[in-house]
Amino acid sequence: MNDGLATVLIAMLGGAIRVSTPFMFVALGECLTEKSGRVNLGLEGTLVLGAMVAYAASYHTGSPWAGVFAAGVAGSALGAMHGSICKLPKVNDVAVGIAMMLFGTGVAFFFGKPYIQPTAPRLPSLPLGGWSDSSSLKSALDVNPLFFVGIVIAIVMAWALRNTRWGLVVRTVGDSAAAARAMGISVDLVRFLTTTVGGFLAGVGGAFLSLSYPGSWNQGLSSGQGLMAVALVIFARWNPMRCVIAALLFGGAGAIGPALQSVGITQGYYFFNAAPYILTLVIMIATSSAKRSARDMPGELSMAR
Amino acid sequence: MALANLSRRAFLQTTAAGTAGLALSLGGATRAFAADLTVGIVYVGARDDFGWNQAHAVAIQALKLVPGVKVVEEENVPETDACAKTMESMINLDGAGLILATSFGYYTPFVVDMAKKYPKVEFRHAAPLWDKDKDPKNAGSYFGYLNQGHYVDGVAAGLSTKSNKLGFVAAKPIASVLSNINSFMLGARKVNPNAVVQVIFTGDWSMPVREAEAASALVDAGCDVITCHVDSPKVVIETAEKRGVKSCGHNASQAPLAPKGFITGAEYKWETIYKGYAADLAAGKTLSNFTAGGIELDMVQNTPFGAGATDAAKTAATAAIADMKAKKPIYVGPLKDNKTGKIVIDKTYGNLDPYLDQMNYLLEGVVGSIT
Repeated sequence: MNDGLATVLIAMLGGAIRVSTPFMFVALGECLTEKSGRVNLGLEGTLVLGAMVAYAASYHTGSPWAGVFAAGVAGSALGAMHGSICKLPKVNDVAVGIAMMLFGTGVAFFFGKPYIQPTAPRLPSLPLGGWSDSSSLKSALDVNPLFFVGIVIAIVMAWALRNTRWGLVVRTVGDSAAAARAMGISVDLVRFLTTTVGGFLAGVGGAFLSLSYPGSWNQGLSSGQGLMAVALVIFARWNPMRCVIAALLFGGAGAIGPALQSVGITQGYYFFNAAPYILTLVIMIATSSAKRSARDMPGELSMAR
Repeated sequence: MALANLSRRAFLQTTAAGTAGLALSLGGATRAFAADLTVGIVYVGARDDFGWNQAHAVAIQALKLVPGVKVVEEENVPETDACAKTMESMINLDGAGLILATSFGYYTPFVVDMAKKYPKVEFRHAAPLWDKDKDPKNAGSYFGYLNQGHYVDGVAAGLSTKSNKLGFVAAKPIASVLSNINSFMLGARKVNPNAVVQVIFTGDWSMPVREAEAASALVDAGCDVITCHVDSPKVVIETAEKRGVKSCGHNASQAPLAPKGFITGAEYKWETIYKGYAADLAAGKTLSNFTAGGIELDMVQNTPFGAGATDAAKTAATAAIADMKAKKPIYVGPLKDNKTGKIVIDKTYGNLDPYLDQMNYLLEGVVGSIT
């Protein structure tokens, strides 16, 4: 049974590392966008389009990193589109986001057709488990560089939001558009930029899905991960570091279902497969507080108004 | 727009009813589409998904070569009234005389309703759901006993494993999935009595990330051959290849995805059924309402051996294919289930015996639970 426990723990570690990366990128992108007072629900579409573009670009150029960059550019294009539509008067960003989600997945499916069959070069991963004899630990510690990139982005973003003039501008725009205007800041421009950068990050998250794990392009690839990541931002209370932790937790919990079945605990797999959602709910309830959430939430978000 | 659609449909419906009435009064008029047949096929996903839809699409490519047959296809049609609309437009706009609905959830109510509404059009659905007492006579079912292919896979896998542990990533515990798992295990045990099949259920037909996790977890648990029953086995086979273990395919050919470890795979050969329908309609015969078979009727086949198959595995699997052609039974009773040790298969059943369609258990030799 100890062996079984070790297997499950290793699987959860591996799952946390493998599955969390796309969540992390989308959540960080959305976190930045929401910090400026705008919600972009379209990131599910951005994620899918990013996955498709990354696979296609990697296939044509032979370089997976070119694929990652192309995915980021495609994501920024969608983000910029969302940002410029929401600039127009009386436009609801949530409704636009849903439209962008359908648009992004539609475009990805349309242009992605010819790329389901061919095999594109994938992103290499760093074999950090070389010291271990256990093949399962080795595979769990086969970490994609994007995972570390995500953590670095989170640290930089957390620091920049708190300590730089740029960060102050984003937070001001997010908390009170009127105050930002009084300071002479162009609210629309700031939001346009944060949505574009947010789209870039979500696109890169998509590149991870198609070029690293699970590592192939097909239409069911995302199955709602982009939407979950947007929800994780609320769970993480608009804090980039907490976004990383939330993504790790979610990834690790997702590995519980398959891992338990592999060690012979097979009863109730539907329940264990729901573990990430149950865990998220439990933590949300346990840490919820009406006062604190009101303090953390950017004042200009359409759900706050 | 919706209104315009409605009235057009209603108009066509009355016309169809009138024509049907006329045909009836004339008494047994010959089918209008006997010479030229338009076949409409509806897919639930992409035609090139390396899985269920691809298996149908490959067969349709072969059907297109039959003289006098025209094919109209639509993919990514959800199991909602969207599929009814697709079928109607195939009938009204393209003149389809035979509709092939390839996804489980299309049947009730959509195929049944459309069959009642268009009695001159033949509808065939790819799952054994047609009920001869309740359902219209111009509807019907066709199905392949893919478990025979999985049995052959099992024979090859049983001789390919070193750890004696075989992994199976399954979507949902329904009868056809359970029969594939059990047959895979029985094939493996036939040549290797120590083999064990470990199952992980993902809970849904298409969950790429969870399928990759499941395949990884099976490799971590010591399985060195992985197979699956999910809609698109692409992710499972690729994950197995990445982890350096062997794999067996499902639904369509996944051989190109695993150039090192692919052994063989269970594939549908819908071509046989589709060409049979076209030939029957061309000859003016009444279509059969229920068509099903396995390797013995050339409706299921195994993918040509890949680099993962050893010579011993090839020989044994080829013999197993010959057994299937000779209708040798897979389920040789008595067999016990894996939970209570109760005898669930009391005697030996033929491979197409309807008793086996009710399967709701995993046999002894399989590690896993259906709940």
